[in-house]
Formats: sequence, structure tokens, C-alpha cells
Amino acid sequence: MNSTRFTNFFVPVFAVLLGVIAGSIVMIVSGYNPIAGYSALLYGAFGDSYYIGETIRQTTPYILAGLAVAFAFRTGLFNIGVEGQLIVGWLASVWVGVSFDLPKVIHLPLAVLAAAAAGALWAFIPGFLKARFKVHEVIITIMMNYIALHVTNAIIRSVLSDKGFKSAKIHESASLQSEFLQSITDYSTLHYGIIIALIGAVVMWFLLEKTTKGYELRAVGFNQHASRYAGMNVPRNIILAMVISGAFAGVAGAMEGLGTFGNISVKAGFTGVGFDGIAVALIGSNNAFGIILSALLFGALKVGALEMPSSADVPTELVDIVIALIIFFVASSYLIRLLLSRFKKEGK
Amino acid sequence: MKKKRVGLALSLVLAAGTLLGGCGQAQKAGEKKDNFTVAMVTDVGGIDDKSFNQSAWEGLQKFGEDNGMKKGKDGYDYLQSQSDADYATNLNKLVRSNFDLIYGIGFLMTDAITKIAEQKPKQKFAIVDSVVNKPNVASITFKEHEGSFLVGVVAGLTTKTNKIGFVGGMEIPLIEKFESGFRAGVKAVNPKATVEVQYAGAFDQADKGKAIASSMYASGIDIVYHAAGATGNGVFSEAKDLKTKDPNREIWVIGVDKDQAPEGVVKIGGKTYNVTLTSMVKRVDVAVYDVAKKTKEGEFPGGKVLEYGLPENGVGIAPTQDNIKPEVLQAVDEWKQKIIKGEVKVPTTRDEYKQFEASLK
Repeated sequence: MNSTRFTNFFVPVFAVLLGVIAGSIVMIVSGYNPIAGYSALLYGAFGDSYYIGETIRQTTPYILAGLAVAFAFRTGLFNIGVEGQLIVGWLASVWVGVSFDLPKVIHLPLAVLAAAAAGALWAFIPGFLKARFKVHEVIITIMMNYIALHVTNAIIRSVLSDKGFKSAKIHESASLQSEFLQSITDYSTLHYGIIIALIGAVVMWFLLEKTTKGYELRAVGFNQHASRYAGMNVPRNIILAMVISGAFAGVAGAMEGLGTFGNISVKAGFTGVGFDGIAVALIGSNNAFGIILSALLFGALKVGALEMPSSADVPTELVDIVIALIIFFVASSYLIRLLLSRFKKEGK
Repeated sequence: MKKKRVGLALSLVLAAGTLLGGCGQAQKAGEKKDNFTVAMVTDVGGIDDKSFNQSAWEGLQKFGEDNGMKKGKDGYDYLQSQSDADYATNLNKLVRSNFDLIYGIGFLMTDAITKIAEQKPKQKFAIVDSVVNKPNVASITFKEHEGSFLVGVVAGLTTKTNKIGFVGGMEIPLIEKFESGFRAGVKAVNPKATVEVQYAGAFDQADKGKAIASSMYASGIDIVYHAAGATGNGVFSEAKDLKTKDPNREIWVIGVDKDQAPEGVVKIGGKTYNVTLTSMVKRVDVAVYDVAKKTKEGEFPGGKVLEYGLPENGVGIAPTQDNIKPEVLQAVDEWKQKIIKGEVKVPTTRDEYKQFEASLK
């Protein structure tokens, strides 16, 4: 027992230290000061109220994207399409935000729900194809990402603007932006979305762990045949799992549309948030609480990294390498533990 | 148990960082410096995009060198944006580092600059390729129509088939300036020539550019001017393919934004050809340098829209002129003088172009 506690404590420390040391070696070899580099990273993420605000703002969509991936994982599905579902969610939220003029109590929830519905719809297609025709969801979701990107761009150009590159700003009544949050964080882009993201985490936990439906969804993920034998409707559960996963992703898009940007512009490529969501989910062990923490890690690294070139003179490309190393080693702490437990079992 | 592990890992990342962080925060204090400092935020292109971000940074570097400044927080610096979520963060970062003048490079940064300029009314900003109506923002725009007119003159006098093509990126007012100026230039020197105009609908789709160029060259067009960013790379690749098939065929591309002569080089059987006839250069570096200089001298053009045209050397034809005949160059010079003196008013929209065309008859 004592030795388990020891490894529980030691492995993550070891993993993080390895990541930091590996990053330091890369910086030293390239002729930069790692202490200056890491202090810039930390300052840029938590240095004062402004940076804390930016970090939380960046964490918000990561939490929801992580939840989306994790929900699918827990039910035995690989939703690689979170990126695309996020983009259509972003589009839907802005569309509702621009086209209607309603009181805030109706408008804002409507815009968020529209985003969830759009994401859900986008995930329904691969879910349906998987359930009905056994088409692998990875292939479909990847392709759906591209369809989402280009369809969204086309709609922005032709419907939401007059051949322009961005939509109009959403109405104030649909906005998540907050003068209050901005003022306490010295004009950061922090918005109320973080509350929605935290509620999302609770919803996912409750749904999976505390409801019969959640139990069914997980059961189908563990063993389809056993579930069918137990009288569960496997195809319907697969579709439902994808739809819920997509809804989380859609809401992640609403965070960008209603909170950070307040509009949507033509995208040359993917936002990357949906893909990072896969790593967020894995590092957070597909667990709602773990995902909040790993999203915070990603958000802090992403925002803090912007400070490294300006105050520590570390070039942008090198910053990307250092960040990747830290994430790599944090993720592999899971791997180290897995290996350790395997060895122990074999030893017995 | 799993979540405990992750929680622990995270708190350790943060703890390790805090320890390291204690070591070097001295330079962070926000005291006001005496010397003039200037910085810029790139869009996602970065300072090696071979286009306007790079050009802007070159201008800033030159300004720094001429004034004995160092790269960094006490001199001149840049921040690169990885995604459009970074624009506001990067601009704010520079504001907090007390830079005297902060540039946003490219029209994509319009929203971010507008918002931050409102929040920080004492901070001086400048934006390239867009107009922001705030007293603390200088808007830098270019008279792309004037430069396009000059390459239009080159095209009109060089074409042998009297058929010329124009490939635009997106059909927006900015690109209409290129189109109208170019068509006016062609018509002014060669009334018999026709210009076929096509828009690709995007600035980043080389395949579309190639397809459009292919049909244009097939229809007998011998010169194509593109104002389409990376989509235009497809025009170059199509022209080079055709040149490789038949080195004797005279087909040309006119480049945009910077001297695109290097893009047009083809090597066929040991001989080197270049399909780039000339390029319409847009001197973002000149404009960036100029605004920094004015601001340093206490004449920050806040709230104004600065237009860089031919007299300011803000636009013009590229320095590589090997493929242009001397008499054509002479004509370009004459027209340039006429535009500078105000004898010719170059159209900026299709409506103005129609009036211009009517005035020639």
C-alpha cells in the first residue's frame, strides 16, 4: 500500500520534471535561457489578473472540447470530429446571435442551444452511419470536419455577409461577454462561458455516473454483444452517445462565437481546439474533473507561450517544441504508471 | 485514483513553475522609458510569409537600425499570432509592455484594434490595410489602383494577342481597386485589348488559381495579372507548366504585393526562363517606417487615414524589369508622372472605371 502511494506521488512529479528538463535541454542547446523561458511562460499564464483572465478564457473551450471527446471515449466511440462540430456550433450560435433580437434570458440560451443542436446534428450523421451501416466513425468524423469548415466558410461569405470574410457582431442580448469580468481582469477577453463549461462538466459526470441511460451508454461501450444480450438497443445508444458528444462540441464553439469573438470569420484552416480536445480528454483520463484540470494546463500553456518570445526571446517555433515536450511527458505519466502496474502483476 | 494523479501532476507543473518563476521577474516592472519604442503583431502569416507581414517587419527593422534601437522590449519587436484568438492577447501584451506605437498588420486585426483602442485611449496604434475610426489609431492604406494602372500599361503594351486576364482573390472592395486600376491602365495604352476578369473566391486556393489560369491561357490570353495571394501561386505554376511544354510560347504572369520574379523561374534544358513580366509591389515596409518616423517626431497621425500611392513610393512596379522592353518602361514612367501630377485620375471602382473608359473616347 505504501509503495502504491509512493508511486502515485512520485510518477507525476517525475513526469513533469522530465518534461521541464527536456524542454530546458532543448532551450540550452539552442542557446536560450531556460529559467527566463519558464518564468516568462508562467508569468504569461498567471502573472497578473489580465493573464489569468486570458488563461481562463482559453481554458473554457478546451474543457468542452475535452468533455465531447471523453464522452464518446467512455461509450466506446472515437469522436475525431469535435473540431467540425465546434465550427458548426460556432456558426449556429453567431447566426442566432445576429438574426434575432430577443430579451437576454431567451436569446442567450437559444444561441447556446442552437450551437449544441448544430454540433449534435453534425455528430448524428457519423453516429447513424456507424449504428446502421457499421461505417467506422473515425473516417466519417474526419471527413465531416472538412465539410464543416468549407460549408461554414461558404455560409459566412454568402449568407452572413455580402461576400465578405466575417459576419456582423452578435447582438448584445446573445453575448457572453461581461464588462464586469473584463474590468476585474484589466480588459482581458474573459467571459461568462467558463460557468457554462463547468456546468457542462457536472452534466457529463451526472449523466454517465448517476443515470440509467449513462450506465447503458457505458455498457454499450464496454461490450456491445453483452449489452444486446441484456436487452439494450445498441444502435440507438451509439447514436445517442455521438449526439451528446457533438452537443458538447457545439457548445465549445458557442464559447468562441458568443464569448471570445462575438462573430465568426472565414477560416483558412481548423481552429485546433477540437483536436487539442483529444489530448485534453486523454490527459484528464476521460473524467469530468480531470478534464477541467487538463484543460487548464492546456489553456495556461497556450496563453503563457505567447509571452516567451517577447520577454525571453525564445523563438515561436522553439516554444511550440517546449510546450509539446511538457504535454508529452505529462501524458506519459499515465503510460509510466501503466507499465509499472503491468510489471508488478507479472512479478506476482 | 486517476483524477488524483492528474491533479497532482498539474499542481506540480504549477509549483515547479512558481519556483522557477521567482528567479527572473525584475524586467517586468512597468516603468515608463525615455526612448521611443515600437512593435507589431503579425496575423497568422508570421514574419516569413513572403508577403505583407514580412514586408512590415522589414520596415520596422530598418527603422530600428536607422535609429540605433535594439530588438526587444526597449526598442522594436514583434509578436506572432498562432490563431485569430491571439490577436487581442498579443496586442494587449504589447500595450502592457509600454510600447509607444503598436502596429496591427492586416485587415484581419480590425476588430481587435478597434476594441483595444477604445479600452486604452492613450495608447497609439496603427493598422495596415484597414480603416479604424479612432483618434488613437492611424490607418494605413495603399493606392493599389495606381500601382495596378502601371502594370496595366506594361500589359497593354506587351500583349501580342490583345487578350489579357485578371485573377482576383475575393470579390471585395480592396481587390476591386486592383481590378479597376489594372483595366484602366490597359485601356489607356491599348484600346483594342480586352481584359477578362475572374474571381477565385479565396486567397489560399492555388488549385483554383491554376484552373482559372489554364482556361485563360487556353483562350488566347497571353498575360495574367493576379491579385489573389496564395491563390496566385496556381497562376504561376500553370504558366510555368505551359512554358515547359513549349518554351517558345510567350506567356506572362504579373505578380502582386512584392517582387515575384523568383516565383516565375523555369529551367528548360539548361536554359533559364522567367514567366514573371513584372510585379505590382505594395511597400508596406515604406509605410510602416514612415508612420514610426512621424510618431517618433511627435507627429502621430492618429485618427487619420493615410494613403500611400505613387508619390510616396507606397506602390509601384517591381525593381526586376528584365522582361520589360525599354520603350514600355519609358511609357510607364510617363504615366507615372501624369498620375503624380494629377493629370490622370485612376479609377478605384467599376463605376469609376466606366467613366474613365468613356473619357478615353
